[in-house]
Amino acid sequence: MQLTNRAKVLEKKPMTLAERAYLPAIFQGLSITMRHFFMKKATIRYPEETRPFSPIFRGLHVLKRDEQGRERCTACGLCAVACPAEAITMVAGERKKGEEGLYREEKYAVSYEINMLRCIFCGLCEEACPKAAVYLQPDKMAPPRYERDEFIYGKDRLVEPVSPDARSIRGIQLTPEQAEALRSKLA
Amino acid sequence: MIEIPTLGWQSIVIFVVFALSLLIATYCTYAERVIAAFLQDRVGPDRAGPYGLAQPLADAVKMFTKEEFFPGGANKALFIFGPCLAMITALMSSAVIPFGNNVSFGNNLFFLQGIEVNIGMLWIFGVVSLGVYGVMIGGWASNNKFSLLGAIRAASQNISYELAMGMSLIAVLMISGTLSLREITLQQSIAGEWHFWNIVKQPLGFIIFLVCAFAETNRTPFDLPECETELVGGYHTEYSSMKLGLYLFSEYVNIFVVSAVMSVLYFGGFNFPFQYELRDWLVSNHDWTLASAQNLITFLGTAGLFLKIFAFIFFFMWIRWTLPRFRYDQLMRLGWTMLIPLAVINILITGGLILFGVI
Repeated sequence: MQLTNRAKVLEKKPMTLAERAYLPAIFQGLSITMRHFFMKKATIRYPEETRPFSPIFRGLHVLKRDEQGRERCTACGLCAVACPAEAITMVAGERKKGEEGLYREEKYAVSYEINMLRCIFCGLCEEACPKAAVYLQPDKMAPPRYERDEFIYGKDRLVEPVSPDARSIRGIQLTPEQAEALRSKLA
Repeated sequence: MIEIPTLGWQSIVIFVVFALSLLIATYCTYAERVIAAFLQDRVGPDRAGPYGLAQPLADAVKMFTKEEFFPGGANKALFIFGPCLAMITALMSSAVIPFGNNVSFGNNLFFLQGIEVNIGMLWIFGVVSLGVYGVMIGGWASNNKFSLLGAIRAASQNISYELAMGMSLIAVLMISGTLSLREITLQQSIAGEWHFWNIVKQPLGFIIFLVCAFAETNRTPFDLPECETELVGGYHTEYSSMKLGLYLFSEYVNIFVVSAVMSVLYFGGFNFPFQYELRDWLVSNHDWTLASAQNLITFLGTAGLFLKIFAFIFFFMWIRWTLPRFRYDQLMRLGWTMLIPLAVINILITGGLILFGVI
């Protein structure tokens, strides 16, 4: 039965003297390994070098702020509903007088926790969010830890830092020019 | 002028050679890993120190702090004695190797060699063949059938290949007419005459010697005594901690010694091309004294010898990461039906050439 046309007919012929002497084969092998000696190495020296990520990589979450530095999240819970791994929990609270500079809506998340051990990084929370508050950054990952509770990320680690220089759009770090433009817009 | 007694000088040289062979063996472990990595498109250990140069230290600390394990039913005294013997014999053989020509301080003339004996070659062979006892004793004392199998393999392999090695050497001795390694080296370059290194006169003998050297040091493709696929770890299956370290270490010391012997026997030892021309040029054109010019070429020659040794060590590692291990019957067939007849033919050819005055 012939499945493909790639079948190769092998004939058993006696080895030539060069093949029996084995030395030419050794030199052939040595030249192959020596060629590999000078080849480019495949190793990525991890902490110093990192493998380039895809621009649509879904990594560590971030809770975004708006242009005026207010938290966008309004604790509607749609992300928690959308989450197939049930990794997100939150407690909603009412914004008090004088906190208008901190939270954009009248309702905000008092606590917002994502369990990175449960999270499957599908990005459904990002799609569900009506306020464009939660994003999965393409350049960060949840680093390894020794303790399980260290994988539960609270607002202290999720909310985007206030400083415009550290602020990013979709998790991508702003260039100094973009940060400067943002700072003048805020002023 | 400070009078250094000969014995004192010899002990200094022996101490330096001892320290050097340990140092080189230490860095052989590092070189082995880096070369293996490079041949496999990796980068190898690069975390400990710059370029990973402190890796041997880290390995040593690891080895010393590991649990020391004695298998049940093992002969404890012999179990300890095995690796010690392997290490001692490996270190002993470098005593007679001439690492350089003579240096002169004032009226004193010193040889850069531990002990100059007229049976240097015999000494090396005797000590190297003692080395297999370390493996045998270790394998037998482990009370483990895989270790015993490895030890038996090591013994039979050493006996088979020592024959061919000795016979390939006889051809060299027929040319040189002496067993002294210093004499053999000096004969490969006589002042005022154009002399070739022995590799030109003995190409076949060198190849036989090289193959046997691989077998004697239990290196791939002849590492059957410790082949981990069949015998777990061979003779050192039951060994742990620094006792295992000594076995692994003695292998590298053996490689160093065998490389040195091959450099001396076939590649001119501490001679390098145009050395006498360089000496005469320095004396006649730059007003150097003959003694200081001789000292300079001695040191250059020592550096050259170490260069040759390192090249051989690299070759050992290169082969290891290229060729797979032989099967046991292939090993025996190669030793008894190929190398020994070839060595006999080599002796006959050499005898004929000497008879007709070609070499």
